[in-house]
Amino acid sequence: MIAAISYSLLQEYWWAIISLLGALLVFLMFVQGGQSLLYTIGKTELQRTMLVNTLGRKWEFTFTTLVTFGGAFFASFPLFYATSFGGAYWVWIAILFSFIIQAVSYEYRTKPANFLGTKVYEAFLFTNGLLGTILIGIAVGTFFNGAQFSLNEYNQVTWQTGARGLEAALNVHNVSLGLAVFFLTRVLALLYFNNSIDDEEISVRTKKHLLINTIPFLIFFLFFVVVLLLKNGFGYNPDTMEVTLEKYKYLHNLIEMPAVLILFLLGTLLVLFGIFNDLFRNPGKGIWFSGIGTVLVVLSLFFIAGYNNTCYYPSAFDLQSSLNIRNSSSSEFTLTVMSWVSLLVPFVIAYIWYAWKSINNKKIDKDEMDSASHKY
Amino acid sequence: MFEAIDLSLVNWSRAQFALTAMYHWLFVPLTLGTTFIIAIMETIYVKTGKPEWKKMTKFWMTLFGINFAIGVATGLILEFEFGTNWSNYSWFVGDIFGAPLAIEGIMAFFMESTFIAVMFFGWNKVSKKFHLASSWLVAIGANLSALWILVANAWMQSPVGTTFNPETARNEMTSFWEVLFSPVAINKFLHTITSGFVLSAVFVIGVSAWFLLKKRHIVMARKSILVAAIFGIVSSLALIGTGDGSAKQVAKVQPMKLAAMEGLYNGYEGVDLIAVGAFKSTSEESNDAMKDFLFKIEIPNFLSFLAFGNWDAFVPGVNDLINGNPEKGIMSVHEKIDRGKIAIEKLTAYKEAKKNGDEVLSSSLVNELTSENFQEDYFRYLGYGHVNDTNFLIPNIPLVFYSFHVMVMLGFLFLLVFVLALWWVLRNKLDSKKWFLLIAIFTIPLAYLATELGWVVAEFGRQPWVIQDLMPTTTAVSQISAVSVQITFVLFAVIFTTLLIAEVGIMIKQIKIGPKDEGGTKS
Ligand code: HDD
Ligand code: HEM
Ligand code: HEM
Repeated sequence: MIAAISYSLLQEYWWAIISLLGALLVFLMFVQGGQSLLYTIGKTELQRTMLVNTLGRKWEFTFTTLVTFGGAFFASFPLFYATSFGGAYWVWIAILFSFIIQAVSYEYRTKPANFLGTKVYEAFLFTNGLLGTILIGIAVGTFFNGAQFSLNEYNQVTWQTGARGLEAALNVHNVSLGLAVFFLTRVLALLYFNNSIDDEEISVRTKKHLLINTIPFLIFFLFFVVVLLLKNGFGYNPDTMEVTLEKYKYLHNLIEMPAVLILFLLGTLLVLFGIFNDLFRNPGKGIWFSGIGTVLVVLSLFFIAGYNNTCYYPSAFDLQSSLNIRNSSSSEFTLTVMSWVSLLVPFVIAYIWYAWKSINNKKIDKDEMDSASHKY
Repeated sequence: MFEAIDLSLVNWSRAQFALTAMYHWLFVPLTLGTTFIIAIMETIYVKTGKPEWKKMTKFWMTLFGINFAIGVATGLILEFEFGTNWSNYSWFVGDIFGAPLAIEGIMAFFMESTFIAVMFFGWNKVSKKFHLASSWLVAIGANLSALWILVANAWMQSPVGTTFNPETARNEMTSFWEVLFSPVAINKFLHTITSGFVLSAVFVIGVSAWFLLKKRHIVMARKSILVAAIFGIVSSLALIGTGDGSAKQVAKVQPMKLAAMEGLYNGYEGVDLIAVGAFKSTSEESNDAMKDFLFKIEIPNFLSFLAFGNWDAFVPGVNDLINGNPEKGIMSVHEKIDRGKIAIEKLTAYKEAKKNGDEVLSSSLVNELTSENFQEDYFRYLGYGHVNDTNFLIPNIPLVFYSFHVMVMLGFLFLLVFVLALWWVLRNKLDSKKWFLLIAIFTIPLAYLATELGWVVAEFGRQPWVIQDLMPTTTAVSQISAVSVQITFVLFAVIFTTLLIAEVGIMIKQIKIGPKDEGGTKS
């Protein structure tokens, strides 16, 4: 079955999977958003413990998605992996570092004899919430704004700046995406708290901060989108593989792929509706709308970055070194093997769903914090 | 095709990778084994309904959770380090190497992380059966993740199922099954997970021995020792068997590593196995100076037998491998270097022709380069083309030799510990054997030592190759400034060490607190 699929379709299929993993990752980063809000929403030790435990039952999941995103990118588009990770060294190291300190913090935060003390682990969680989200946003921003590298005929990368990737943080457009992601994950976290914690004080506070975080999110997001639609993009000619700068490339991509446009608009509406729902209707359900909305919006952004003959990792230094899904992918054979493996994905999603449902049927409350047999 | 490389960059990159890998490996083996031990204990609980088994399950589970978190943190770095620090490598073999990493994520990590949540948070929320199934799935998931990463690692030691594509200048997969079922991969997987099982059994026995010495939680400690000793004996036997299997594979695909493991400089027929030995220490730098032994205890002809199943088989030594031995059909390194250089030259000529738009030349070259003969006779030695000094091809022999011998000896020691523990626990005599309980406690660090040494054998023994015969470390490395890598090395060293201290502190504290009675408030 899969063997009959053409190489180019396989490349498109794998770009779709990468996009989906990226989209799920952004949604699941509500964990990071929540970590940046522990002291804003939790005013007492007990409240913070409730927040940490709600997030703590999901953190591993976000983490695994990040790991799988990395692994799948490596397997399907190894040239991106080699170019960006080896080139933009410092950005990626900073991101990784912020995740190392997160991974232990839940488990160690309140354990006796934890060496660093509760406050330090909470600071780790906060750092991860702040840096992880903003830097990942900035890194994804380079999908549209390009990076400073060149490749030789053996596809080996030379990076052109001493900042090794940190220069991406000087680009306003990248930063606007980073901040939009940061505030979005905070919004999602607040919606998630509403959905899964049963505590009067916390729900009053989340409502207030929902409004406070929605406004900067909207500003940065709108700025990002408007600039994106007006800027030049990096297109290539599928026959000659020549890369050229194209005016309004991303706007054209949306118009030429109406399904993606619909995805984008629908996603944006759902995000907004979710927020509206929790602010003005019955709090708790908003996470579903905003969560699905987030996935759709990110998905559509990845699609306009990679489809329709667009270079998803442009080189601003040497146009012809730019990466697209054709010139950076694994061989047809490997993509085929991987595609067989991808058939497992629905099965994985199914058991995750089932397992979560079976342990999450009730909101977290103070009583549970007293009686839980495993607590962070 | 590859630029000359700053050696300090290569060495710092290697050091950084080794640091993270060795830290990761401090935590992984305990995960691999305790998850099974926990699942076994919980099975007994579900079968018998006795609450003490539940209490025991939960106790070991708590320790497992503390260990798990930090294993995850170190693993993340490893995965991305292939890109950040070995970017040329990532392109050169990403087509083969990436797949197992991705499959690991999809197949194993999600399984592990999903069911860990059920395991920790599901006690009063899901049925007993479902909880038990979850515990087993965590163990299976953990070991599946070991499978895929070890398949990847095994491929680097023995690159099968691949051809070199001159167009993209990389290796491409031609057979997934050859990669997955390569004998190196199978032995490596089984040997490595069983080493994790052994380490975990040692850990459980050691901790329980401490309880017995302190006369606390005696029932739990005895039962834990019973389970762990049986588990340990079975695993030890498998460990020794697969270690032997691994050595046979090394003999076949990495003869230089085998020569280093045994400190064998000049090969001969019917080689003796050195059971215990020490090199004469000399101040000279040259590797040759190490070839004299201060003392050694040998088992006649045993190495020949172990490596090739024949008491009189010829085992090549370092010098045979470097200078070649036509009689035994061993190609000299010089010949391999020449072949590697030809492969590189032809590839360069092809790239040149393409650049100049010379269709005729480039298409004739591409035909030659992709022919089976050229792949077999030249591309197979591609990595040698980058080698100028033959000494570069000899790994650090004393390091590999000692690591290997200590690992093997410890393997037999652990087996002995398990057997004695089982014997005395069954006869109810363990509590009075104070000296043995003490030994059991001090065996814990030895188990960590043994597993780490195993990796030293495997990874230092294959120097200078990242990918055997195809790519030396010097060409695999990312072009970053050595200073950057030094900074990240220190950064990682500091953070991992800090976290390790925290982990050990928490672990010891939890052991002191001991198992909780049901309905307790903390975990
Ligand atoms: C508790 C730890 C432990 C113990 C007691 C042993 N091993 Fe081991 N060994 C490992 C833990 C380990 C390991 C960490 O799992 C390694 C590192 C890489 C690998 O594949 O497994 C390894 C590697 C390794 C290698 C190198 C494989 C390669 O380079 O691909 C050989 C030949 C052996 N072992 C052989 C043995 C033998 C004959 C043992 C006899 C008792 C033994 N090991 C005990
Ligand atoms: C150098 C190569 C390696 C890489 C890139 C790597 C990668 C990773 C990553 C990313 C994680 C975290 C997964 C999560 O989010 O849950 C992890 C955890 C794990 N890895 Fe590794 N790993 C390597 C070596 C190994 C080896 C050699 C083994 C086993 C033989 C192993 C077994 C595990 C296991 C069992 C876990 C689960 C959690 C734990 O560490 O306790 N890994 N690894
Ligand atoms: C977790 C267990 C592992 C340990 C303890 C370990 C240990 C080491 C050590 C000590 C080195 C340094 C050797 C040197 O100085 O060059 C090294 C290098 C390396 N190892 Fe491993 N290794 C492990 C697993 C793996 C796995 C599973 C892979 C691949 C999938 C891998 C790939 C590499 C690479 C790419 C290097 C760098 C190149 C080199 O220096 O050889 N390692 N490892």
